[in-house]
Amino acid sequence: MKKVILLFLGFTFALSSMAQETTTETHSEGVKQLPSVKLKDMEGNDVNTAELGFEGPVVISFWATWCAPCKRELNAIHELYPDWQEETGVNLVAVSIDDQKTMNSVAVYANGKAWEYLVLMDTNGDFKRAMGVNNVPHTFLIDKDGNIVYSHNNYAAGDEEKLYEEILKISTKK
Amino acid sequence: MKKLLISTAILTGSLAAFGQVSTGNFTGNIESTFQYLNEDSIIGATQPAQKGLLNSYMNVFYTQGNFRAGMRFESYLPRIQGYPSTFDGTGLGMRYVGYANDFVDVTVGSIYEQFGSGLALRAYEDRALGYDNMLDGMRLILRPYKGITIKGVYGYQRYAFLEGRIVHSDGIVRGFDGEMHLNETFKKLTDKKLDITLGGSFVSKYQQDDNEDLILPENVGTYGGRAKLRYGKFTLDGEYMYKGQDPSQDNGYNYNPGHAAVFNFGYTQKGLGILLSAKSVDNMSYRSDRTKQLQNVLINYLPSLNKTHTYNLVASLYPYATQPVGEIAYQAEVLYTFKKGSKIGGKYGTSINANFSTAYRPMRHTAGIDPLDSTGVTYTSGLFDMSDSLYWRDINFNITKKFSRNFNMILSYYNITLNNDVATVTKEKGFIKSNIVVVELGYKFKNHQSIRAEFQTLFVNRRDSLGNETHSFKGTPVDKGDWATVVLEYTISSNLFVSVMDQYNFGNPHVDHRAHHPYLSVGYIHDATRLTVSYGRQRAGLFCVGGVCRPVPASNGLTISFTQSF
Repeated sequence: MKKVILLFLGFTFALSSMAQETTTETHSEGVKQLPSVKLKDMEGNDVNTAELGFEGPVVISFWATWCAPCKRELNAIHELYPDWQEETGVNLVAVSIDDQKTMNSVAVYANGKAWEYLVLMDTNGDFKRAMGVNNVPHTFLIDKDGNIVYSHNNYAAGDEEKLYEEILKISTKK
Repeated sequence: MKKLLISTAILTGSLAAFGQVSTGNFTGNIESTFQYLNEDSIIGATQPAQKGLLNSYMNVFYTQGNFRAGMRFESYLPRIQGYPSTFDGTGLGMRYVGYANDFVDVTVGSIYEQFGSGLALRAYEDRALGYDNMLDGMRLILRPYKGITIKGVYGYQRYAFLEGRIVHSDGIVRGFDGEMHLNETFKKLTDKKLDITLGGSFVSKYQQDDNEDLILPENVGTYGGRAKLRYGKFTLDGEYMYKGQDPSQDNGYNYNPGHAAVFNFGYTQKGLGILLSAKSVDNMSYRSDRTKQLQNVLINYLPSLNKTHTYNLVASLYPYATQPVGEIAYQAEVLYTFKKGSKIGGKYGTSINANFSTAYRPMRHTAGIDPLDSTGVTYTSGLFDMSDSLYWRDINFNITKKFSRNFNMILSYYNITLNNDVATVTKEKGFIKSNIVVVELGYKFKNHQSIRAEFQTLFVNRRDSLGNETHSFKGTPVDKGDWATVVLEYTISSNLFVSVMDQYNFGNPHVDHRAHHPYLSVGYIHDATRLTVSYGRQRAGLFCVGGVCRPVPASNGLTISFTQSF
């Protein structure tokens, strides 16, 4: 028990000093940076999640081929995506948490639905763990500096409009 | 052990001081599920002695430049209903420290890892399922040159979590894996249309021979290779693994070698996706403790080759779990989207999806083999050597159509045959055949509120008084008979939803058991916080992720679940 307490103390100490740091530097609580995890895209190329290489805002949406609300969300955004990109310069990264059983269906679904997104494969859940995702769908909005500024752990019809309002807030494209 | 923990504490403590100079990053999540259950004899639900049950865990991950650390506290006070009995108490269930740069990536502590498609090694967790076979030890990843990755892992598997402590498996696991993306490594191939990735793995386990009657191999190796080819819109990948003699509880202590092979062929273009898969597995249960069964201490992962269904009646009544002892399986999947503006596509485009999967028992040749001789080999079997004994067949279609800006529909049909003597899900003998139709409707109101409805119905096969199959509806339905499910989900705002579900077992052969199972849920979501309160009856079923299933008993009561990401 003693060692557990000790360990816990170590972490809380670290946490508290970190919290102070964030507030003094950026004046906004809860802003955090995108963790760096190496994933593969549908073509098998390595992609580092901390270096996605997009200029404007980025939406990161965790999904799976077996997750009905995830597919509803990404299909709803798919219809609006050309307008969103034109108006805000946003890019969407659809991170599939499909494991080996269903990961081969990811390209079938994403291309079959004619999605324009960058689709990444998080086959063993490394990025999911690093982002603290409990369940899908979970959608994050990242500003141009790589800070996570908004997240939503659900999808209901119409939620894409709320997400778009958030994108507009951080978009510098006029 | 103690020293390691203390040094971790000091390390994290000193990091805190470090953190004041340059910003590091904390992420993590919390999940907590509380149940209060009542007794309900009609559906066979029992009340646990404690009445209240609580599962919780919290992950904290820290990254700072090249350094990273993470930990998870878990708590089962006691575990929720249906969760494996290997989860008990409160304590630290996972912890690691690591360092990574472009060349090297080293982790000491708890490791999650997958080699290739996982046929040889996969350490992973699924908290919803109650599955965690992480490796406690060390992992080294080297990236010596563009496109080349070399991995090595060494550790003891997590077997259980008892009285708040990790209990390790008896045997140790060692593994090495190399992968090369040729087009990155060789400049000449960079712009070639043909894209090639090659890889190979070697995994070995050691467990002492503590059996008095048998001479057991203490070191058991699994090795093989994989290739992934891409040419324009075509992809072809395959992996083959061979396992040495591995007598275990699973295979009845035979001395046969094992194999697993998976092949996938895909074609995709905008608006069309096609996938054909084939799998051959024989005697491939590979555990770090030969005496363990169920989902315990599996080193490898053998995915079941079929679609993961989402509608309640399709997903949790008669699902298929992978058969590690052996199966030959095939799958085909097609998704096509009719273009917007075309006759069938309409204003918004229409998608159709067809899927077929099947699994058979491998052929086991016993001619000329004496199962009692000193070799311990009980049969021979080859790659894709298939018998005519059916384990599973699933034929399903769905059509997704959006009629207007506000109204959409998904129509689905499933025809599923399950060999319940092999892939057992209930007490019923023989085949269970089910026909399922699901209609899902969604409507979005002008004020951003929306409603979603699912109507599902399932009919099983009938048997006459002699036990023979009959197509007449007068026959006796197998197992629990026919079901109907209605789900209504009303979204009040992006933060609040209410849903009502009723599952009605209207066709149960026992009239007393024709019960309604009403279930009410209210969910509140605020950014990364999610709170769901549910009350009602839930039927017994199977909860499956990736072909791994856990039975969930019938229940009646209150469930509160809370999740938070940070």
